[in-house]
Amino acid sequence: MIFFQYLANGLILGGLYACIAAGFSLVWGVLSIINLLHGSFIVLGFYIAFFSYTVLGIHPFLSVITSAIVLGGIGYFVQLGLINRVITRSVLVTLILTFGLELMMNNAMLVSFSADYKKVLLAHPLGIAHLGNVFISLDRAASTVIAFLLILLLWLLLRLTSIGRAIVAVRFDREAAMLMGIDVNRTYAITFALGAAMAGAAGSLLSASFPVAPLSGPLFLSKAFVICVLGGVGSVPGAAVGGLAFGLLESFGAVLFGSEYALTLAFVVLIILLLVRPHGLLGVKGF
Amino acid sequence: MTRPQLLIFVLVVALLLALPLLGNNYVLRLATITLMYAVLTMAWNVVGGFAGYPLFGIAAFFGLGAYSGAVVQSSGFPIALAWIVAVVIGTAFAVVLGFILLRLRGHAFAIATLVIAEVLRELTNGWTSLTGGGMGLNLPFFGWSPTALAVFFFYVMLGLAAAAFVTTYIVAHNRLGFALNCIRQNEDAANIVGIDTTRYKIIAFTLSGAFAAAAGAVYASWTGYIEPTDVYDVLFSIKPIIMALLGGMGTVFGPIIGAVAFLALDELVWRNFLQLHTGVLGFLIVVLILFLPSGLSAFRISNLWRKAVSA
Repeated sequence: MIFFQYLANGLILGGLYACIAAGFSLVWGVLSIINLLHGSFIVLGFYIAFFSYTVLGIHPFLSVITSAIVLGGIGYFVQLGLINRVITRSVLVTLILTFGLELMMNNAMLVSFSADYKKVLLAHPLGIAHLGNVFISLDRAASTVIAFLLILLLWLLLRLTSIGRAIVAVRFDREAAMLMGIDVNRTYAITFALGAAMAGAAGSLLSASFPVAPLSGPLFLSKAFVICVLGGVGSVPGAAVGGLAFGLLESFGAVLFGSEYALTLAFVVLIILLLVRPHGLLGVKGF
Repeated sequence: MTRPQLLIFVLVVALLLALPLLGNNYVLRLATITLMYAVLTMAWNVVGGFAGYPLFGIAAFFGLGAYSGAVVQSSGFPIALAWIVAVVIGTAFAVVLGFILLRLRGHAFAIATLVIAEVLRELTNGWTSLTGGGMGLNLPFFGWSPTALAVFFFYVMLGLAAAAFVTTYIVAHNRLGFALNCIRQNEDAANIVGIDTTRYKIIAFTLSGAFAAAAGAVYASWTGYIEPTDVYDVLFSIKPIIMALLGGMGTVFGPIIGAVAFLALDELVWRNFLQLHTGVLGFLIVVLILFLPSGLSAFRISNLWRKAVSA
């Protein structure tokens, strides 16, 4: 049954997509900024994994940790030093600021890494599993599992730790949180760092499955838009559901309309969702 | 307008009209580009500045206008007809899109308008039989000398900019401008006091779309070759916003001043940092946003600037 093959492809893709979108959604929800840097963070995470593997022989799944730490650090200081200065201003200002930063970062990556597509070619791939007529690449399946573990980790962090509770509090009411003694600027920086760390981790995870070039950022970013709105802005479980839904949408959409229209289809869904279900599939309670 | 303003205005217009006398095609090209961005910024300013809606999709109308005009022109129709068709299509698209998208506010509106250009680009890419797809579209050659072409398109763009300016001026001093101002300050309150916000928003959105489409059509005829990634480039959506921020949002002269200031900077960067051009451009944007949050008006000398800008 070819149907189950598409289903499997969609779900495996969906896990990676969920990881791509979780950090973006968190930042959008809590800081109320649309972070155009997110795509470039993913690409940088990819290059960390790529060079770790080609130079040092470290498996991309292990580079997830390095990428998360490096990108988290970058994110923390970008937010603390730059974005926090304009955080209370309109979406126009914050969006343009992250656009400017994205231009800088893309240009830097273009000069340092050259414009061609790269991909990690594993020397010892895990191989392919056959489930009846369905073929599943075990490396991809493993990266999907890790992606969901990371999302679970992020969700637990928000639920159980005091910094996580602070993030949620700031999201719901910035002023009240401030009055309760929460350092809002630091909380913003940590939130942004978490978002960037998730992006970096996602970049490393997909390094063995997808070819990436320095300017691939906008493609990942546009997918993050759709998933984030699908799942509900700011919701981590929502991003997981949205990612899976988007993976399926892309997998089956490619069959029905041809793969060149996959992105168009996704954007049309995005606009319809914004109009009819602005809080996403799970609704506001999903946070 | 006050008397000194009028004087400066007349002087600038006279200088612009006489610019082709210099006989320098480089200057003329630069001036034409500047006028084009001034049109786009004025188009953006109606929705983004007056009504305060975060419009990130001027590139959609620009690209649509460019392709509509180019398709008509390359099927052998006269250039004027091509431009008219482009404006009609741009206007119609803006009306339909306005009905759909103007229910959204804030971030949702920003994202929705941002992806419209992407959708159109993908569709243009896919519709190879009409648009040439990713190979782009060549427009028929005029057979004029380069200088004659440069002068012709300079005057066309100047005329378009003048039309956009007059429109901006009328909007600002009219019920429409007043209504848009109210919408920016508090849309719900505007609704309650009886302003038909939906209608005014759609009119504003349509004006934006029409002018951006016209600029796109002229651009296509001017360059003679267009492709989807070029005319639907997100920079066509972003640059006008930066220019408006720079010159003063929701003002009459702000968009023009912002366009001139930004492109002067942009050209300097291009000439000096070819490899790092986008990076330096990004750096300039970051610096502008962080250190000049209220645009060039931060430099006002005893409030002169603000008075000059707000007409």
